[in-house]
Amino acid sequence: MRGTTMAIEPTLAILSGKGGTGKTLVSVNLASVAKKATYIDCDVEEPNGNLFFNPTKEFGKLVTVKKPVVDDALCDGCHICVDFCAFNALALIGNRLMIFDDICHSCGGCLHVCPQKALSEQESPVGEMSIGQSGTVRSISGYMNIGESSGVPIIAELLKHKDDGLTIIDAPPGSSCLVTESVRLSDFCILIAEPTIFGSHNLAMVYSLVSLLGKPCAVVLNKTMEGGNPSEEFCIKNSIPIIGRIPFDKKLGSLNSVGKIVAREDEHYHEVFSSILKKALEEVRS
Amino acid sequence: MIIAIPSDKESLDSAVCVSFGRSPFYCLYDTETKQSTFLVNSAADSPGGAGIKAAQILVDNKANILITIRCGENAARVLQPANVELFKALNLSVADNIFAHAQNKLEPLKEVHAGYHNGH
Ligand code: SF4
Ligand code: SF4
Repeated sequence: MRGTTMAIEPTLAILSGKGGTGKTLVSVNLASVAKKATYIDCDVEEPNGNLFFNPTKEFGKLVTVKKPVVDDALCDGCHICVDFCAFNALALIGNRLMIFDDICHSCGGCLHVCPQKALSEQESPVGEMSIGQSGTVRSISGYMNIGESSGVPIIAELLKHKDDGLTIIDAPPGSSCLVTESVRLSDFCILIAEPTIFGSHNLAMVYSLVSLLGKPCAVVLNKTMEGGNPSEEFCIKNSIPIIGRIPFDKKLGSLNSVGKIVAREDEHYHEVFSSILKKALEEVRS
Repeated sequence: MIIAIPSDKESLDSAVCVSFGRSPFYCLYDTETKQSTFLVNSAADSPGGAGIKAAQILVDNKANILITIRCGENAARVLQPANVELFKALNLSVADNIFAHAQNKLEPLKEVHAGYHNGH
């Protein structure tokens, strides 16, 4: 045991029901206003956090999963592995075993049940990941190869590189199992919502997911304008804390659209995001 | 020769099931003995890969011909190398489709539809 123990800082996951609501805007800026933070871009189908951070690349690797391969000389066509595979990734035509890599979930089970030891595992690349530094932010990101059926192994790899410091997770949009995997290690979720009826439906969808996962959460209302806000009404009705409002602003939109981090460019936005981060951390500790 | 047809019910006057992989039954008709049997499709409620498993069931039962309304890409990936010939079903009963096939009135099934991702 060491004399002093380092406090483990929280992990915040940023979510929204669909793309384009400002999820990456909030994630990137929250990471930027912290003294030191790690940003993890879990939107592996469309990663764009690094378009903002433009980090120096310090580490990179291929992400692989294990897929079975058959030795036709050993396989006697007994059918056991085909019946075993819960995902129906195997088929037997005559005495030839077919393996559907895009359906296989890499559970490894077929290797164990084969009486002939005809199956072995081979590493198969599904994407790439990298780690880089941008100012005070350590950015971890990855992407999935086109045609792969699941980004889960890539997200799992990204999360392995998380440390004990403050971490901001930019989750994929929606409420699929990719989102579930992304928020697995988070202490708190921040849901980004737009001020429309459609926006409030998307909010309801992610809210039910985080509730199901038992994660505490709060909302940031983005693109707010004068007048009613169905997303705000949803928060009030369900007693969800609102920890920030980002008014609709052309200047913000244009800086953001050219890949600028507004909190680094503009004093006012530095304050807006610092306040959201502060409130989120207060919620985590409360 | 064995003809397979996805069917809604266990009878020759049943309609052809609109789904291949999720069909509740398959009618197997032997053109030599003129006997028909019905198989329960154990792939019908598979969470994923139903088309592959259903195709495997037909291959295991030595089907040579499949008369169907539609067929997914994954099922076709098993049926084609197994030399199962695919024909487009007419909007008629199972029995009438068998009859139409005997009279060479069925068109080959040309298009297979892309698989749906199983929700990752
Ligand atoms: S590894 Fe698992 S999912 Fe993949 S083929 Fe084998 S049993 Fe099926
Ligand atoms: S269990 Fe082994 S021997 Fe049997 S079919 Fe599968 S690979 Fe071939």
